[in-house]
Amino acid sequence: MSAVSLTAAAEGDKVALAATGTWTAARAAELEDIVDTTARRYNAARNVDIDLAKLERLDTFGAWLIERLKRSFVLSGSTARIVGLSEADRALMEELRLVNQTPAQKDAAPNRALGALDTVGRAVAEIGWSLVLIANLLGALTAAALRTIGHPARLRFTSIVHHLERVGWRAVPIILLSTFVIGAILAQQGIFRFRSFGADIYVVDMVSVLVLREVGVLIVCVMVAGRSGSAYTAELGAMKMREEIDALRTMGLDPIEVLVLPRIVALVIAVPLLTFLGSMASLYGAGLVCWLYGGMAPAIFLERLREAIWLPTFEVGMIKAPFMALTIGLVACVEGFEVDGSAASLGLRTTASVVKSIFLVIALDGVFAVFFAGIGM
Amino acid sequence: MAGNAPVISVRDLVVRFGDATVLDHVSLDVFEGEILGFVGGSGAGKSVLMRAVIGLLPRRQGTIEVFGTDLAGLSDDARRAIEQRWGVLFQQGALFSSLTALQNVQFPMREYLRLSPRLLEEIALAKLEMVGLGAEVRGKFPAELSGGMIKRVALARALALDPDIVFLDEPTSGLDPIGAAEFDQLIRTLQRTLGLSVFMVTHDLDSLHAVCDRIAVLSEGKVIAAGPIETMLASEHLWLKSYFHGNRGRQIPRRAHH
Repeated sequence: MSAVSLTAAAEGDKVALAATGTWTAARAAELEDIVDTTARRYNAARNVDIDLAKLERLDTFGAWLIERLKRSFVLSGSTARIVGLSEADRALMEELRLVNQTPAQKDAAPNRALGALDTVGRAVAEIGWSLVLIANLLGALTAAALRTIGHPARLRFTSIVHHLERVGWRAVPIILLSTFVIGAILAQQGIFRFRSFGADIYVVDMVSVLVLREVGVLIVCVMVAGRSGSAYTAELGAMKMREEIDALRTMGLDPIEVLVLPRIVALVIAVPLLTFLGSMASLYGAGLVCWLYGGMAPAIFLERLREAIWLPTFEVGMIKAPFMALTIGLVACVEGFEVDGSAASLGLRTTASVVKSIFLVIALDGVFAVFFAGIGM
Repeated sequence: MAGNAPVISVRDLVVRFGDATVLDHVSLDVFEGEILGFVGGSGAGKSVLMRAVIGLLPRRQGTIEVFGTDLAGLSDDARRAIEQRWGVLFQQGALFSSLTALQNVQFPMREYLRLSPRLLEEIALAKLEMVGLGAEVRGKFPAELSGGMIKRVALARALALDPDIVFLDEPTSGLDPIGAAEFDQLIRTLQRTLGLSVFMVTHDLDSLHAVCDRIAVLSEGKVIAAGPIETMLASEHLWLKSYFHGNRGRQIPRRAHH
């Protein structure tokens, strides 16, 4: 690659420029400097010849810079000509003579304060809109469910079983493990604090009530939202991107009935079962820690457990589970249908699905706490 | 039209997937400044050959030389230098969906060249205009573009670094006949103005007639014929006869005479 240059010979208001070397992409930055300097230095010239006869190679980058040089001379009121163009480069120069003729309009500088307000406003509208979409899907889901109750043959049993395996059966090991660990940690922390005032035994009360009423179902829901809600969103989103959902619709099938109903039914069945298993695993973990770390014999643990909890303690957790499953399923499907064409939006929606469903599950838990307190459970 | 030196030279290339041999000792040349049309039945391995040449698929045997350099055993830097000298138009465009049309075209330039923002923008707009798109597409995302526009933006991106070779994988598939004819013309024009060598995988008989200097035919893992369209039409080979003189093919020679 030889050196590039643009030599100038000035004579009165006449300037002869001669370009040499390889005017190609690899030298573009250097060439731009040369071209800009030359344009500035000779902007008073009335008559400019740009001689390309000594060029070794010219590509789009070089050709555009020469065209730009010529235009800058024309803009400052001189006549500029390109001479010595080889046959091979003529077509390229001709092509570039035609481009970038309309000046690019610059966007007005955005107002910072307005921008911040705009972002907040959009975020609020977005929250409202997603609640509307969830209500909308809940309605459509109810209608679809009623239709299938009228015609049980339309219920996609195979599909439900398939999803049940994915979101229920395959989630069992990880749910058991994490709830077991949570139960063990709660018990260990309880023993550690309660021992200082000799109330070790009440650890059983604390752990069992906490696990059965709140923590069991919440941990399961967080796991399910991360594990299955995200998968639902990504699947439906990818199907939407590839027009599979439109294909279903044109075949006269309701996507809600075919895609959403089996998924949500599977979740509503799976989450209570997982909650039950998770609560048991937590109690097991707690009992084990009480025995090995706290020195409380299993028989004593069970005895205390019998006194600490009554059936409603267990029922509170189990009643919440299907509602939380419904929330996770609705959010996941709504977000899936909101995916548009780009890969980025698929990622964005999957994240939103997990974050929103976990938040809504916690909010719902709060509502339930008020409700159960109200009815004395 | 065709220069003497081959820019791509494939010798005895073998590509296997598991036990299935897709390419069986294929040899093929693409000469400087020509448009080579590469045809073959669906699933014959046309795209496989293209992907093997551009290094997306491993080969079992054989050599692939590009610009006279064997691609096997090149250092990363040497390989990158060669990769900057070719552009690829994928069948679906393969535009980055999170970037706008303009950013897609700028992407290779941003990576490899140190350009001022002003020059980057001007050159990218120039490339878009050269493929027949106005400034109105610059801020649009691929999801907002039509199939034909996506192909054009993808072509502009393939041309971003002013390559010497362009690989086109079914450039006219999915376009209507008018759009396809315009695209053929565009490829011809750009090939002439930029002095490109073009390797075009295609099924489009119109493209083969309109723009290809030479045609190579892949069948059963081998290149069974290579030459200008007249040779193909005159061939007595059964597969070639049914391909070029089949119900779809028959229309074209007649039209060409009028």
